[in-house]
Amino acid sequence: MSEYKKLSASEISAKVKSRELKAVDIAREAIELAKTDGKKLNAFITICEEKALAQAEAIDKKLENGDAQGDLLGVPVALKDNIIYQDYETTCGSHILDKFKPPYDSTCAKNLINAGAVIIGKTNLDEFAMGSSNENSYYGPVKNPINHKLVPGGSSGGSTAVVAEKIVPIAFGSETGGSVRQPASFCGVLGLKPTYGAISRYGLVAFGSSLDQISPLARNSEDIALAYKVASGRDQMDSTSVAFEHPDYLKELNSSRKFKIGIPKEYFVDGLSDEIEKSVRDVIIFLEKNGHSFTQISLPMTDKAIAVYYIISSAEASANLARFDGVKYGLREGKDKDLLGMYGDTRSAGFGDEVKRRIMLGTYVLSSGYYDAYYIKASKVRELMVRDFEKVFESVDLIISPTTPTTAFKIGEKIDDPLAMYLSDIFTAPANLSGIPAVSLPLGKSSDNLPIGVQFMAPHFSELSLFQISKQLESHNN
Amino acid sequence: MSEISGFEPVIGLEVHAQLLTNSKIFCGCKVSYGQQPNSLTCPVCLGLPGALPVLNKRAVEFAMRMILATGGTVKNRSVFARKNYFYPDLPKGYQISQYDKPIGQGGKIKFKLENGQEKSCGLTRIHLEEDAGKSLHPEHGEPYTRVDLNRCGTPLIEIVSEPDIRSAEEAYGYLSKLKQILQYLEVCSGDMEKGHLRCDANVSVRPVGQKKFGTRTELKNMNSFKGVEKAINYEIKRQTKLIKSGGTVTQSTLLWDEKKQVAEEMRSKEESKDYRYFPEPDLVNLIVNDAWKEDVSKNLPELPDEKSTRLISDYHIRQYDALVLTDSRALADYYEKVMVDFGDGQAAANWIQTEFLGLLKESKVEIQESKVTPEMISALLAKVKSGELSGKMAKEVFGEMFASGKQAEDIIKDKGLVQLSDESALGTIIDNIISVNPDNLAKYRDGKTNLLGFFVGQVMKETKGQANPQVVNKLLKEKLEG
Repeated sequence: MSEYKKLSASEISAKVKSRELKAVDIAREAIELAKTDGKKLNAFITICEEKALAQAEAIDKKLENGDAQGDLLGVPVALKDNIIYQDYETTCGSHILDKFKPPYDSTCAKNLINAGAVIIGKTNLDEFAMGSSNENSYYGPVKNPINHKLVPGGSSGGSTAVVAEKIVPIAFGSETGGSVRQPASFCGVLGLKPTYGAISRYGLVAFGSSLDQISPLARNSEDIALAYKVASGRDQMDSTSVAFEHPDYLKELNSSRKFKIGIPKEYFVDGLSDEIEKSVRDVIIFLEKNGHSFTQISLPMTDKAIAVYYIISSAEASANLARFDGVKYGLREGKDKDLLGMYGDTRSAGFGDEVKRRIMLGTYVLSSGYYDAYYIKASKVRELMVRDFEKVFESVDLIISPTTPTTAFKIGEKIDDPLAMYLSDIFTAPANLSGIPAVSLPLGKSSDNLPIGVQFMAPHFSELSLFQISKQLESHNN
Repeated sequence: MSEISGFEPVIGLEVHAQLLTNSKIFCGCKVSYGQQPNSLTCPVCLGLPGALPVLNKRAVEFAMRMILATGGTVKNRSVFARKNYFYPDLPKGYQISQYDKPIGQGGKIKFKLENGQEKSCGLTRIHLEEDAGKSLHPEHGEPYTRVDLNRCGTPLIEIVSEPDIRSAEEAYGYLSKLKQILQYLEVCSGDMEKGHLRCDANVSVRPVGQKKFGTRTELKNMNSFKGVEKAINYEIKRQTKLIKSGGTVTQSTLLWDEKKQVAEEMRSKEESKDYRYFPEPDLVNLIVNDAWKEDVSKNLPELPDEKSTRLISDYHIRQYDALVLTDSRALADYYEKVMVDFGDGQAAANWIQTEFLGLLKESKVEIQESKVTPEMISALLAKVKSGELSGKMAKEVFGEMFASGKQAEDIIKDKGLVQLSDESALGTIIDNIISVNPDNLAKYRDGKTNLLGFFVGQVMKETKGQANPQVVNKLLKEKLEG
């Protein structure tokens, strides 16, 4: 294994800064890995070689002149292909965005570049981030690095796989209902869904706007904290982004703070694999021995989460995806037909089955006569879920649960059973619906050698608590 | 109107007004007209994937002005919503508008009909939204439609009236007043021909005395106030005739064809669109606190009705003149500037209405563009008042002033236009004229006093029109009568 693969983001940044390593050599190595290992996993849709090398060279040059700043100097990163990076295609894993090159940069990409990160590629995903297995991509499924016959999870399957495969130490995915935490647990890495409003959505192609959040993946606590710090912050281009103060994560990370942790009974139910449940229970015992206190809590709305999530996210998606109509960019079919014919042919050919399913579902729940029964009711239940969490967080600092009911499944296993697929979001969707931060941490492996994840949820803007508990567990694992 | 006898029309108007903000409602692109197609665009107003709207505070303030000026309530919390429909000039596939929680509620517009009758029409709501782009449909045999997205994201307020209007003439009066208020508030140019103001009309008829409204149709595509009036009249007659002949009106949307002067069905209720409104998740709730409301309210300009009342009491002018002078804020301001250095309100009002407005209209010049400043008019009127210039001379001077922008003083000097009022000088001229016209003098003294005109004419001829007519009249009478 090459030296590069062993390095964390903070180590790379330090070595580049001290000029022990050259950013351009690191970038070359990451790009080479992307082209070889990445290709085997079908993890990248685009490799941004030209800009990456130019960026890395510029960093080295700045360091020569002694004026390079940033937390991720020369660190190769990958972006899910629904996060815009100017000059490169943004496909969202969809045929309908063929050859679409956005003429602007996402705030996330800008923030990363300002911190010295080198964006080496755009990763594969479920089409428009709709899916839990990364099988819904026009560019084909991504393979789980642990076992190529298994799915990596989704929708941020590509970003997760490239972190797990050590092609990059940090990658960014996006979450709407668990699309980073679920694959993180399937591939054995860390995935953070930040507080809604922490990372600007400007330049993230929208799926469910009130739920979407750009979300980092990494292999250790320092790196996930760094990734979060660099990407987040109030952005005047996103009205829903929030101003807040960052603590000194790296310093605070090593705190031996003891947490009050809630165990929600609704998260330990039928359908949860015994092995995962046991792993989570073992962690609880370990943490308890280390001075953390646990209490049983109840989040009564949990069983409504999937229904509410699919109503709201699909409703928003049906409007968000209306712009893909063949008029302005991307695919156009039915060129010889009238307007409606062109719309119909373009959208029929351009969208995959899952996307069509969600557009139809979303259109239906917003339709006159059904709106109150579905969208309004779901919004009310969502409000109740928010209150459930608020109430629970009056007495606990964190909530612990499994990330997913099962470990990674086989490619093709659930593709014809959307409902079974939807249930893999059952423990993750509540954090998106209520806007709170949540992290999935690797817990070791199952008997068939597959990664298991544990989830921690925290109150709004309590990411630090998540990093601290992560660090404490990590020390234990090591 | 006998065709509609026995029936009463019920009309409600929906007016879209483009706001005169510098930039668009959800991005920093400039609002400007007649530019290169698609040049005033950015990822946000193009609706590119990943771009997000950010609300323009100025647009909110403009909406607040209109709401407060018409006596409505600015809601402390209002919500933007997505109105979903597919059209090539709507790049996101939805329009960001306000639906069940608009920023403005209530209020009314008071207006006068031509016969002086006062009317009032309630307002249901005023809400903020973004304009769409423009589809330029095939001309010159092109096989395709072009789309210009410059207009996309231009801020609009939609002003929805109650169904309080009872005739096309009232609709015209309502619109005129609405436009006048928008212009006074400097929130909209009010130009309907250019599409800066657009009006849809909901029209129904019912038998006189019936309380329940009839089935309404919606009229669109009128591009002038006269067009609105004509389309409404057309529709009232059509509906009444239909009902009288035993038919029923079906709910539908009709497009007014200005060339053919008919309204044709665009879509019926069965085809009516389901816009699937839902709250816009990319924008937070619009919160307006009391301090902001107070600030906007405090800075509202004087509105036409208040201004007119004040002009009457400040300058002692007739009500009709006050109405004309307050037609636009620019004209009223102009008049008041003339009055800074001039004391005769009525004289100034007369001059501005007959002379100045006449020339402006004739030369199609806007008041703001005129070379004549208010100070120049005050100076000119002062010369008439002092007798230095006759009314006729003043008109001549003003014509020149209007064309060249020169001061009255200079024009008078150039033309040698000085009114002769000196009695002894005029007396000598008059003596001479009488002495060379003994016949006419005799006839005058015999009772043919209308020969006075002949003598005045002679004096004016001799003085090249510069004699002061009052002095000439007085002296002539004295001398002719001996």
